[in-house]
Amino acid sequence: MAKTDIGPPNYKNFMPPVIQKNYGKWQYHEILQPGLLKHVGETGEELYTVRAGSPRLMSTDHIREICEIAEKYCDGYLRFTSRHNIEFLLTDKSKIEPLIAELKSKKYPVGGTGHCVTNIVHTQGWVHCHTPATDASGPVKAVMDELHEYFSTMTMPSQVRIALACCLNMCGAVHCSDIAILGIHRTVPKPDHSRVPNVCEIPTTVASCPTGAIRPDPKTKSVTINEEKCMYCGNCYTVCPALPLADPENDGISIWVGGKVSNARSAPMFSKLAIPFLPNNPPRWPETVAAVKNILETYAKHARKHERMGEWINRISWERFFRLTGIEFTDKHIDDFTTAPETYRTTTQFKWG
Amino acid sequence: MAESETPLLDELEKGEWPSFVKDMKQAAEKKPMAKDLLRQLELSYKEKIGHWKHGGIVGVKGYGGGVIGRYSDRPDLFPGVAHFHTMRVNHPTGWFYTTKALRTLCDIWDKHGSGLTNMHGSTGDIILLGTSTDHLQSCFDDLSDAGFDLGGSGSALRTPSACVGPARCEWACIDSLNICYDITMSFQDQLHRPMFPYKFKIKVSGCANDCVASIARSDFSIIGTWKGKIQIDQKEVQAYAASGLDVQAEVTDLCPTKCMTWDEKAKTLAIEDADCTRCMHCINMMPKALRQGKEKGATLLIGGKAPIVQGALLSTVIVPFMKLEPPYQELKDLILKILDWWDEHGKMRERVGELINRVGMRTFLKDIGLKPAPQMVKNPRTNPYVFFWPEEIKKEVK
Repeated sequence: MAKTDIGPPNYKNFMPPVIQKNYGKWQYHEILQPGLLKHVGETGEELYTVRAGSPRLMSTDHIREICEIAEKYCDGYLRFTSRHNIEFLLTDKSKIEPLIAELKSKKYPVGGTGHCVTNIVHTQGWVHCHTPATDASGPVKAVMDELHEYFSTMTMPSQVRIALACCLNMCGAVHCSDIAILGIHRTVPKPDHSRVPNVCEIPTTVASCPTGAIRPDPKTKSVTINEEKCMYCGNCYTVCPALPLADPENDGISIWVGGKVSNARSAPMFSKLAIPFLPNNPPRWPETVAAVKNILETYAKHARKHERMGEWINRISWERFFRLTGIEFTDKHIDDFTTAPETYRTTTQFKWG
Repeated sequence: MAESETPLLDELEKGEWPSFVKDMKQAAEKKPMAKDLLRQLELSYKEKIGHWKHGGIVGVKGYGGGVIGRYSDRPDLFPGVAHFHTMRVNHPTGWFYTTKALRTLCDIWDKHGSGLTNMHGSTGDIILLGTSTDHLQSCFDDLSDAGFDLGGSGSALRTPSACVGPARCEWACIDSLNICYDITMSFQDQLHRPMFPYKFKIKVSGCANDCVASIARSDFSIIGTWKGKIQIDQKEVQAYAASGLDVQAEVTDLCPTKCMTWDEKAKTLAIEDADCTRCMHCINMMPKALRQGKEKGATLLIGGKAPIVQGALLSTVIVPFMKLEPPYQELKDLILKILDWWDEHGKMRERVGELINRVGMRTFLKDIGLKPAPQMVKNPRTNPYVFFWPEEIKKEVK
């Protein structure tokens, strides 16, 4: 029997010699051009990184192609980033241009550095998840097809981090992104009373509801759901498979803006609701693509240099954000969860838009 | 020419961005199960609904997690994905690879599974996307022989992850890679055998730029920081200014604490370090000219999570500064203590941040043995509903 608990391979064995030598001794770095970083060590040694986008969902053939490229230019060393980009690590300056040329000829987008729109962190969607309210790879592909020039340039006011999660579970943790694309359900789970007693533990199911909308029903040995209290989070479905809530016409996408993770300048921020609902419109989600593009380009036009989306909105105010983007403000934008009171305006200071 | 079986997905082969459909088709040429995955996805695109049933319990010997059970709800149409489970493989820390290691992974996955992967999943694991139940153990055996192990799933410690750290970043205040690897190796049992109320994530970032989103996405966040003066190389500051950087507008004016002054005439930069909150902006702008203070360590924060169940939380400060040197015993003892406390008091599916909100931070701090500090809050409480401990109240003398 194979050994268990061996843990991952030791990362030290996977680092190129230049990194082994300069580990912890890097002095500074520069972005030489979009997708190309230069790191310089204390001894003056240089490491070049060429960054390229990936679809995240990759075939073994695709990975082998990346390996071939890394063997040709990087002595077989590479890494991936936390945003699904591929980084080719090399020391031979003369190989940089041919590497970038080969990547471009093979249709790899080179970029993802500095003030750009980098790759979209995303989830499984219809490809491999049981709770999705939308697909993940499809909307990401459609959005990035439209925004790819912003990946391979650095013309944004600051970094723009877009993320997509296909339901409220947020495997993609989109809640702190400049622009978040979030799949949402809008219908109450439909209990399958014939299955609930057999496949679900009733107390756990009742306890799973954040709003207390689920009650046990002794008659059917199943549960009932208070439609007025349910906010379609899907948490009950996670613990009880007999409470499906997917609905082809009512599931869709919401758009959130202004979150950030980094502590640079301003503190980390949650993303806030911009658009409550857009329909699922496969294969190219045109409404979602247009909405993201509109928000992004409005930001790019109006924000000051180094201002992240959330910093820009905080400066100009939300009322102006809605005016500039032309997005309608609705009752959906006003919080009614436990976090609501802290979002109400408690001053007479506001703008007219 | 035969008509395509996947007209909707074919649309996503067009356009400039790399197409996942192309990758799925590559795999479909070799693997019937990948072909059925493609066909089932086309049906989802047509019907606008997913076709996966709720996961069942599958796994490998000795582990309680690492495999996500997945079954098609239309096995009649797509027998190749009747069962199509995901294996989470613990990624090498920092996502560094040799092509030899990657090729080995590809060979194993071509032998046992669909030939489709995610590089990488949201928590950082290598995701091997889809294989049948009978291949799980043999696939694990081959992975283990090749030096790979499964990652976390379910109510367990999830695969810890770290930023690129000292391997390629001058801003790493801590050895994020080594800390992450050490924690991963020390907590193998907690990672592979779910025993907690819910999931627990640990992420390590070398500095406040937080490239692994530790503060937003982990229950226990380790973020590098420093004490002491930012080291200024005035010549290099002048070089940045000469090359077109507007030091006043782009650096000092954007400093959140206004602790910096730029003397345009003398071309010198001054920093009032005691007022600096170490946000990283100035250092980000002039990496060649500014280096962090010499005393390095980490701020530890707790409770970050996505919305399910009680709403999203950002991690909050519990230890303003801890020195982190191998073997990181103080850090690991603290994590174990927190895990034990959460395990004892947490309700099912209650994350540690939600538990703290339920019982109160003062209870958490007392039970764990952490001293309250003003760095832990944005401001002191504004309501008068103050609890006192029984020992703080004078008992009635009879």
